[in-house]
Amino acid sequence: MIAIVDYGVGNLFSLVSSFKAIGVNAIATSDKEVIEKAEKIILPGVGAFGDASEKLFSSGLAQVVIDQAKKGKPLLGICLGMQLLFDKSLEHGEYKGLSLISGEIRPIKEVIPANYKIPHIGWNALNFKGEKNEIFKYLNEGDFVYFVHSYYGANCDCVTATADYGAPLTASVAKNNVYGCQFHPEKSGDVGLKILKAFCEI
Amino acid sequence: MITKRIIPCLDVKDGRVVKGVNFQGLADVSSSVELGKYYSSCGADELVFYDITASSEGRKLFTDILKEVASTIFIPLTVGGGINTLDDFDRVLKCGADKVSVNSGAIKNPDLIGQASKRYGNQCVVLSVDAKRVDGTFKVFAKGGRENTGLDAIDWIKRGVDNGAGEIVLNSIDTDGVKGGFDLEMLDAVCSVVSVPVIASGGAGNQEHFVELFKKLPKVDAGLAASIFHFGEVKIKDLKQTLKNNGIPVRI
Repeated sequence: MIAIVDYGVGNLFSLVSSFKAIGVNAIATSDKEVIEKAEKIILPGVGAFGDASEKLFSSGLAQVVIDQAKKGKPLLGICLGMQLLFDKSLEHGEYKGLSLISGEIRPIKEVIPANYKIPHIGWNALNFKGEKNEIFKYLNEGDFVYFVHSYYGANCDCVTATADYGAPLTASVAKNNVYGCQFHPEKSGDVGLKILKAFCEI
Repeated sequence: MITKRIIPCLDVKDGRVVKGVNFQGLADVSSSVELGKYYSSCGADELVFYDITASSEGRKLFTDILKEVASTIFIPLTVGGGINTLDDFDRVLKCGADKVSVNSGAIKNPDLIGQASKRYGNQCVVLSVDAKRVDGTFKVFAKGGRENTGLDAIDWIKRGVDNGAGEIVLNSIDTDGVKGGFDLEMLDAVCSVVSVPVIASGGAGNQEHFVELFKKLPKVDAGLAASIFHFGEVKIKDLKQTLKNNGIPVRI
């Protein structure tokens, strides 16, 4: 069973449905015991980092996720959930993350050309970095995934793929059993489902 | 590189897609799920569902259908039609919509955009505008294009973006249904004042119109159409190949 951490941020309908579509039992839960018993954990999230970080820490779920990840349980952060894996974010202030991936979340406007629109929204191609990460085992270089974000993972040495938006933006990260996707696999059609399938098979 | 998006728009009444659709191999052409699957498999980058139901029972059917679509098709879904309050946002987002499009609801209550973007984020709020030339300026029309609101379209769109709209759908009443091409002049005027994505709507009659749109106005992010896709006059798969052949980045 896969636990999708429900800490009151965003809509988990599509995420739950996408696991159903690949025949995997996944439940959205805020129950610590369920998360502890799960084989794998998904950390979702949309909206602002500060608000999400506050909810994750004050509910005690941050510590559960950190403990489980440190025990070696596969963890996948999606979109804001990926950003929360980092040390901190500079979105509207400075907020701490889970420090499972080294680096910080910074505004994309610092690195993209001035005439590029913000947010980075739409379908963009994945450019793998280094050896193909295991969650991409069913993918080809250049496959398209769906992005919506205005901040990105910076100063990170665990980047596994980037997307070109006038600058190479962090598209995915991985460190041991901890994985993160800036894009939305649950909104990236068949390509996205293949990523979730590969994660489930780890 | 980010790709240009091709978006079919489906009108749904009481849970069924209206406008005859004549595709071969589709058992039920008025089933939102079947059509959604069809478009998704052809390479549509996003789907827009427009709820043209009047009654509240019909709206309930619509949300049931939306849930079914959202649990079978995993590309972004935008929902419009009858969105007047935050409760309306809530209703469709809980059923799996990713973005919500407001039109008359924002004209009746201009605070709606700000409230919704604060609660759900700018990326979730799409401002859809029906505009038409009146005495040399672009005016916003309401009630399906029948009523001139007197609002200047460029000002209205700027205000909407300032209040938190994350995307603009610009439907030109002047070119809508004519099939003579998108309203490049109106789109250019809007693109030059906003920094959020602009989706062109109204006027596409063939593939060349999309090529012209993205070549002449590189700032436009997406092209939206309804009947030309539904009646198969333009096939999304072919359209994307044509765009690619013309050097326009698309997802294939």
